[in-house]
Amino acid sequence: MPVELLINAIIAGLLLGGFYAAVTVGISISFGILDIVNIAHPAFIILGSYIAYIVNQTLGIDPILTAIIVLPGFYALGAAVYQVYYQSFEKRGQDALRGLAFFFGLLFVTEVMLILVFGVDYRYVQAAYIEYTWHYSFMDLPFRMVIPCVVSLLMVGLLQFYLSRTFTGRAIMAVSQDQLALQLMAADPVKIKRTAFAISIATASIAGALLIVIQPVEPSVGREYIGRVFAICVLGGLQSLPGTVIAAMLLGVVESFTATFYGPSWAPAVSFGFLLLTLAFRPAGLLGR
Amino acid sequence: MAEPLLQVEDLGKRFGGFVALDGINLSVQPGERVGLIGPNGSGKSTLVNCMCGTLQNESGTVRFDGHIVDGLAANKRTHRGMARSFQLPRPFVTLSVAENLRIPLLYTAHSRSGRHLTHDEIESRCHELAGLVGLAAKANKLPRDLTQVEMRKLELARAMAADPKLLIADEAMAGLSQSEVTEIVDLLIKMNERGVTIILIEHIMRAVMSFSQRLVVLVSGKKIADGPPQEVVSHPEVIGAYLGQ
Amino acid sequence: MRSLYFYISSILVGALFFAFARWLGNDYLFFAGYTVLQFIVLATAWNILGGYCGYVNFGSAAFFAVGAYSSVAMHKLAAGIDRYFPESLVGLAKMILPLNVPTLIILGGIMSGLIGLGTGYLTLRLRGAFFAIATLALAVVLQTLIVNWDFVGGSRGAYIIRPNEVPILGSYIQYLFLVMLVLSVVALATARIIEQSRLGYGFATIRDDELAAEACGVPTLRLKLIATTISGALMGMAGAPFPYYIGYLEPSSAFGLAYAVNSIAMPMIGGTTSWVGPLVGALLLGIIQQVATVTISSAVNLLIVGLLLVGFVIVAPKGIIGLVQDFMRERVSDGGRPTWRSRLAIFANMRPGAR
Repeated sequence: MPVELLINAIIAGLLLGGFYAAVTVGISISFGILDIVNIAHPAFIILGSYIAYIVNQTLGIDPILTAIIVLPGFYALGAAVYQVYYQSFEKRGQDALRGLAFFFGLLFVTEVMLILVFGVDYRYVQAAYIEYTWHYSFMDLPFRMVIPCVVSLLMVGLLQFYLSRTFTGRAIMAVSQDQLALQLMAADPVKIKRTAFAISIATASIAGALLIVIQPVEPSVGREYIGRVFAICVLGGLQSLPGTVIAAMLLGVVESFTATFYGPSWAPAVSFGFLLLTLAFRPAGLLGR
Repeated sequence: MAEPLLQVEDLGKRFGGFVALDGINLSVQPGERVGLIGPNGSGKSTLVNCMCGTLQNESGTVRFDGHIVDGLAANKRTHRGMARSFQLPRPFVTLSVAENLRIPLLYTAHSRSGRHLTHDEIESRCHELAGLVGLAAKANKLPRDLTQVEMRKLELARAMAADPKLLIADEAMAGLSQSEVTEIVDLLIKMNERGVTIILIEHIMRAVMSFSQRLVVLVSGKKIADGPPQEVVSHPEVIGAYLGQ
Repeated sequence: MRSLYFYISSILVGALFFAFARWLGNDYLFFAGYTVLQFIVLATAWNILGGYCGYVNFGSAAFFAVGAYSSVAMHKLAAGIDRYFPESLVGLAKMILPLNVPTLIILGGIMSGLIGLGTGYLTLRLRGAFFAIATLALAVVLQTLIVNWDFVGGSRGAYIIRPNEVPILGSYIQYLFLVMLVLSVVALATARIIEQSRLGYGFATIRDDELAAEACGVPTLRLKLIATTISGALMGMAGAPFPYYIGYLEPSSAFGLAYAVNSIAMPMIGGTTSWVGPLVGALLLGIIQQVATVTISSAVNLLIVGLLLVGFVIVAPKGIIGLVQDFMRERVSDGGRPTWRSRLAIFANMRPGAR
């Protein structure tokens, strides 16, 4: 096994993992903290990718910049979705079944609508840095991976700061543990949860832009990510953002190895296999998380 | 002294860094009426959960009817004769009152007699239990149509349907009026007279005092008192930690 | 008595439809009907775990595909007996293979049932949400495995040569239709029997409150495993004849998202509390989709299903039979005498006022 190949596989894996952290952090919030199984999250990401694509095609604006500009839109969308979810399910005390079905429906409808509008062709964006690769001796660092990785880690870092240092952020962390205490602090738990969910969808905007920088996108790509995000989230310890980053890098490296040495057709099995193994051997009881 | 029905030895349980239970020792004789009191967060519910199998204890043992039951799933412990009611009633919401009572009859009652009950036996026992708690008229209603006290009665009746040797009633009277509390206490005493050993966890001192033959006090995961009710409530440590005044 | 009504009426309805389709003279109705019947089985199977126990399975396609691919594997085995079997067994193999469709159905059921049991064993001790996610993962893992397994054609797919004619009936599709009709009745009967049995009550307690169920002595893990196995097995049985129906099988059609969505949407729209719900949902959505595919496009028909799912889940969570139940609840309690409505309700296990 040539060392250069190995090292490059590791580097590619780490860069990919950094990006995966951006994709997962939304789930860390909605599932890890709020306990909402939003399996439609990848759909929002793909939506972000397509928006970045359109703007890039028509106005030539950089995708990541686009994502930042439409961030408020995604935030509002997230708040709206949470509102519907809350009114229809959480408030009524409905069993988890309906909530899951709801998000699954959303995932599905989004994908089909994208197919109807854009078709199943792969779409990609143009930006100055995408073609550029930095070579250092035998190591290759393609910028289309480096930039997303850096932006992703920045975003996760910012979120971690927000969650641990600001009042709302800490309230969000607290709401998962003790709603009553939150109410006593005169903070409205529903509003806090809505804010948190909106933030999680907002991250999808950025993640979507990063995605389409890394690879061409078509509507069903979202579904590949479901397994990845939940595997990383569970492995990383549900609520912990630093844990998410580490788990993401781990998965990235394992996937990269598999693709390099066994071929890309096995790649989907890696993350989902990871997920199955994590779920199977993770200690948990009916009461435990 | 006869073999205790329930023997908890040096029980320990932690949640992460938080020690919920620390070396609990408890022994309950058949036929006893034991009251378990303590401030909120002292570990009473955790103790109940560990005894019943909803949670697994990390150290110590739980011995029921002479056998060690650690590691045994909750449903198996129920089969052995340990029943519990929940702090917040947890009826099966899509099933009627009668059907709620039917569940333990379908899934547990046979483990004592050794054979499954016939359809008629189940129906008559359902009737009997509903009548015992005064819910006969509402047998076909859904839990959402019941009042608070009726829900708690259903909760207790359902626990009784499992034909238990030991019933652990977790705060069966919270939020009830004076007369309702008396109703429930009378019900529990009636059950005890039919041969069921009962551990009652409660905050309402009046109920606990009138019901218990023995009082156990839990504070911050440790047992600080265990004895006749009058003695325990005059114990300075108990007064300081829980009773006040 | 009620059970007799069920079996007689289902056979009657099936026979009537069959006779009508034959009278029409063209095979289209059989092709379309097969798809709808397939959905009845899938929806009913899903509902045993999803509606009765409350555990969502997103990977119906996986179980369906396992059934389909076990048929493909058997077919390939039969086509190359001399290659795959040692000398001593060739004679025996030539006697048994190729397997006929009913046998393949049983085989598919066994394979998928085992997969269901395995998945359940690994994940059912966790919360329902984790189980749901695991089923999603399962579908992808299995698809990846099949794609990389050349014996069954891998990503290139596999051709299944089916006989053109069948004795007595005539065209092969009519035979498949009949087989699927019988399977539908089996699935519906299974669901109905479960509902009326101790098992059905146990499932309901798992759905309503698993913790309380355990406290009542219900062996929740065992019951969940039973539900997962039965559900998976039925889905596999639905998938087993599929390669013969379609003639050419490749992973993306076998594992298609349409199966996952439909097997969830049909029971949730029809109603999850009784065996009638998946039947109603499958008939309704199945027919709508057949019409839409022909008149509009197949992407749009999937969109309709998705939108209906989201809509119903928000607005009418109890599904169509829930709406009907609410309607009937007013009319049944007049003097306590059984009306035709209440008789209908009891027949369909929709006892008003209780469940």
